[in-house]
Amino acid sequence: MVKTAVKAAEEYEGQYEYATFELPNEELFLPGHGLCAGCTIGVIARHMLKVFGPDTVIINPTGCAEVSTVVYPRTNWAVPWIHVAFGNGGSVASGIEAAIKALKRRGVIDPNRRINVVVFAGDGGTADIGFQALSGMLERGHKVIYVMYDNEGYMNTGIQRSGTTPFGASTTTSPAGKVVPGNIRHKKPMAAIAAAHGIPYVATANPAYVHDMVYKFKKAMEVNGPSFIHILQSCTPGWRFEPKYAIRVLELATETGYWVNYEIENGEFRVTLPVPRRKHVKCFLQLQGRFRHLKPDEIEYIQKVIDRDVEEINRLMGREVIGPLDPSLPCLTERK
Amino acid sequence: MTAQALVPREKKIAQKRIALTGNHAVALAVKMCRPDVIAAYPITPQTPVVEKLAEYVNNGELDAEYIPVESEHSAMSAVIGASAMGARTFTETSSQGLMHMYENLPIAVGLRLPIVMGVAARTISAPINVWGDYSDVMTMRELGWIIYIVQNAQEAFDTIIQAYRVAEDQRVHLPAVVAYDGFWTSHVLQPLDVPEDEEDVIRFSPITRSWVKLDVDKPLQLGAVGTPEWYWEIRWQAVEALRESLKVIEEIDREFDKWFGRSYGLFDTYRLEDAELAIVTYGSIYGLVKKVVNRLREEGVKAGALRLRVIRPWPGDKLRKALDNIEKVFVIDRAINHGGPLIGPMATEVAATLQRPVYNALATIGMRAIDSDMIYEAAVKVAKGLWAPNQTYTIGLRGGYE
Repeated sequence: MVKTAVKAAEEYEGQYEYATFELPNEELFLPGHGLCAGCTIGVIARHMLKVFGPDTVIINPTGCAEVSTVVYPRTNWAVPWIHVAFGNGGSVASGIEAAIKALKRRGVIDPNRRINVVVFAGDGGTADIGFQALSGMLERGHKVIYVMYDNEGYMNTGIQRSGTTPFGASTTTSPAGKVVPGNIRHKKPMAAIAAAHGIPYVATANPAYVHDMVYKFKKAMEVNGPSFIHILQSCTPGWRFEPKYAIRVLELATETGYWVNYEIENGEFRVTLPVPRRKHVKCFLQLQGRFRHLKPDEIEYIQKVIDRDVEEINRLMGREVIGPLDPSLPCLTERK
Repeated sequence: MTAQALVPREKKIAQKRIALTGNHAVALAVKMCRPDVIAAYPITPQTPVVEKLAEYVNNGELDAEYIPVESEHSAMSAVIGASAMGARTFTETSSQGLMHMYENLPIAVGLRLPIVMGVAARTISAPINVWGDYSDVMTMRELGWIIYIVQNAQEAFDTIIQAYRVAEDQRVHLPAVVAYDGFWTSHVLQPLDVPEDEEDVIRFSPITRSWVKLDVDKPLQLGAVGTPEWYWEIRWQAVEALRESLKVIEEIDREFDKWFGRSYGLFDTYRLEDAELAIVTYGSIYGLVKKVVNRLREEGVKAGALRLRVIRPWPGDKLRKALDNIEKVFVIDRAINHGGPLIGPMATEVAATLQRPVYNALATIGMRAIDSDMIYEAAVKVAKGLWAPNQTYTIGLRGGYE
């Protein structure tokens, strides 16, 4: 029977323990890319390759990461890399994984060599146009690591809404107008959808918490079967914040409970980054131009949705891992 | 030049005669070519090919990875990925399936991947019609694929084997498609000769793995962004490779003849040498056309026939030589060139090649049945000057232009 039901991890001890492992000094995501100042795609790609190492094939569907890292004749990838189209990351990876299996049997590739097949795709290429290919790949059980960087819109084509654009966000195809206050749908829950395929490893991550993120890369690499990692990625032009806040805005996403870092390992759900007390969601929203038009009651509605989601996560965990809303917490704390 | 050569050739390899449908002939040829990865989605009328291949794999007769993908878009994507990794690949489709793959078809060309694909040719929607004509294959003409259109099960079998050799040749490195009539070839049981020893096929068409591929020891990028400073030059290499492949296609067809005792050339001709009227067509109706030629000859009309086999790259020079001195060239097209200069795509290309008007009629659209009488009547109209060149005519269409 396929395991699709999610339950709390039995051995949860209230504190997530990271196994320590050393990241190599070697850089496989090379400097000199064309990503925007303050774009966190680079942070994700660089750490991802440090974990996956040189025996990795990257499948990169159309998106910001693709157009800004491989403008011929330059490249920022020191590993084999392929782009085919926008909507087929999952199926190109399926073919590559199958080819590796066949070529190992034929002795063309050393059968003892482990080659990581990694799809690095944005939210449009994953949640929208690439959804079918992703679902097929997960359902067929190809041993592929699918890393989705989610900047919550079609940022490559200039800030249009995608299936993961949050409620209230103003984009060029969900503009904040007089009648409609921006995007009126909620984010598509991609990690939960991936988990429903009954695959061995699913996680959400946030580049502001690098330890948590790299540990998830390592786990995804070690499972036998497909894995899916949904990573929130801040986008300067799309979210409209000053580049210096690239990490700060991601921290606020977690601190407000807007984004929860968790993993689902063989159907066992575990929050990997507990938040003892939550900041008000306005802390996350007010740093970004895309929510500037929201009225107080719309912000309160978003807060209510988060409260409900947090309640659901705590219920699933059987204890309070994401703490109560504490309006006394300052939005931005000074750092030394 | 013809499939049934008058002089028996010395057959180098032992063969046996069996009966297979066109689809199963293709599946058998693919099996003998030992692909590493097959990705496929079922669609009528090609489904028996992918069913048979799945059977071969699951019975242990073929050691390959079979990916039962969730769509044709993914079938083409998966074989692109597998081919990029260095695997010999196969997929097969028809009609809407080919259309669903469409986005990825030129990408296989740009990445220079030697994918071989079968197409059991079928018309396109709407209205939905699962039966045969060449409306699907004709949409591939501008993309850079090598395109074969074959006549029968034997030729389909042989051409699959040739296609792997051509596609993987170092001078080519391009994807190739082998198309045959949906149902009239795909589903009809026909006799054919196949090698007794399957090893002979892989000996004739060994996997070269010579193309540019993903290799963790030699990292490279496939499908980088080609800015206006680079795109044209890179694409032009594919244009040149396709032009170069014409020579390779002929060369490998001749070598195939030495091994298997059969060859087909770039096109097939029948009683064309002294002809004044040439009927040009493609696919399985060539048999009917030859019958019509014989009947016309008996009646004193100097008729001949030509069957297009390789339509990409277009064998223009040779076609010109074969047809230049023939007064009336009558092309029976099996696909519609909506709103084009001529109503049929091949007639347009033949006219451009000969640089003079040709006669053109459409037939078999949506698998409307025709017989040799109907082709004969059309040819007589052309011969008698009742039909004019550069006009639209139809064979078998109620209320059509006749």
